[in-house]
Amino acid sequence: MLEAIGLECVRGDRRLFRDLSFGLEPGRLLQVVGPNGCGKTSLLRMLCGLMAPVHGEIRWEGASIRSLAEDYLATLTYIGHLNGVKDELTALENLRISSALGGTHVDEPAAVSALEKMGLGGREMLPAKVLSQGQRRRVALARLLLTEAKLWLLDEPLTALDKAAVAFVESLLAAHLEKGGLVVLTTHQDLQQPGLGTRRLELGT
Amino acid sequence: MLEMLRWVIRRDLVLAMRRRSDVLTTLFFFIIVVSLFPLGVGPEMNLLRTMAPGVVWVAALLASMLSLGRLFSSDYLDGTLEQMLLAPQPLSIVVLGKVAAHWLVSGVPLVVMAPVLGLQYDLAADALLILTASLVLGTPVLSMIGAIGAALTLGLRGGGVLVSLLVLPLYIPVLIFGAGAVEASASGLGAEAYLSLLAAFLVGALVLTPWATSAALRISLD
Repeated sequence: MLEAIGLECVRGDRRLFRDLSFGLEPGRLLQVVGPNGCGKTSLLRMLCGLMAPVHGEIRWEGASIRSLAEDYLATLTYIGHLNGVKDELTALENLRISSALGGTHVDEPAAVSALEKMGLGGREMLPAKVLSQGQRRRVALARLLLTEAKLWLLDEPLTALDKAAVAFVESLLAAHLEKGGLVVLTTHQDLQQPGLGTRRLELGT
Repeated sequence: MLEMLRWVIRRDLVLAMRRRSDVLTTLFFFIIVVSLFPLGVGPEMNLLRTMAPGVVWVAALLASMLSLGRLFSSDYLDGTLEQMLLAPQPLSIVVLGKVAAHWLVSGVPLVVMAPVLGLQYDLAADALLILTASLVLGTPVLSMIGAIGAALTLGLRGGGVLVSLLVLPLYIPVLIFGAGAVEASASGLGAEAYLSLLAAFLVGALVLTPWATSAALRISLD
């Protein structure tokens, strides 16, 4: 279970939010919404430990994520609004390397089949620089098919995706929640899939 | 942990192979700078022999600095660096892997070319050997110290100039003992003391710099 207690975020001399508290149980999804610049990405970066909150604390299963350090990182996967996809590497190499960085070693057939499911069949060996924005996003999201992580932190995962891909990602989220996983995501779109145990957190109001 | 190290090194080497021009620029810069001096100074053998170690070492410093900008910046811009910080392994391992790959790509070619370029300075065979040995021990230290500067200046405008101001003063000890080794052996003192000190720098840098670079990366990405 993920808990945030009294978080405060300051960027430059602006305070984006303060006294932000929430808890998220296994099997639930938290959708963070709010206008541009209200601190959605900052909140996600705090939740994965890239950024330290000015005040407050984030706890995973009762322990502060600062003290858990790498044990906490092993339980999460984060996909930021930057894809982390290298132009010079093929889609397949990108997926295998990003999975390896996340701590899951994926062999080639598994990676190929994940890319096929993401709708990139036949494009595994193309360098990422010839892929479109949406296709690169799919390469980044293909990691979700392979990761064992329990907590998914996704920053605008649905941008640049077409309708079919959005539906597929939503079905991935639903399957993950069913297995008792946790998801925190930011998006401006309304999630269509019924049954996603969605809670909304509005920032900047 | 070793698995992660291997992945990072392999990835960076593949990337370097696909952007070969970057690697070649550094190498050609080194070759040209070293070759300019005999042309400028003239064929005065004694003079060339005395200045050879210094010139080769200064050119190696500048060449290794030239490639520092690429060490983290492309990973920073496309978001891979975030993923590296979130890897469930100590960040120092990732840093060590990236620095090792940087040395293999930008340091090793210099080491290989140095004896050939030394011929232009009429260096004797044993002086060439010591020059190469000092570069083998010294260039990894340059990559490791440079990584700290590259990490600190990540995402800053004009980071390239700033990195030279930060890093060049820290290169001075390596330069003194690297060039000193060749001079000492030429004057009959023996280069062992200099090479041992360079090796000590190498060990010290291996222990301390990955940790310092990791800390700098965390600050830059906060």
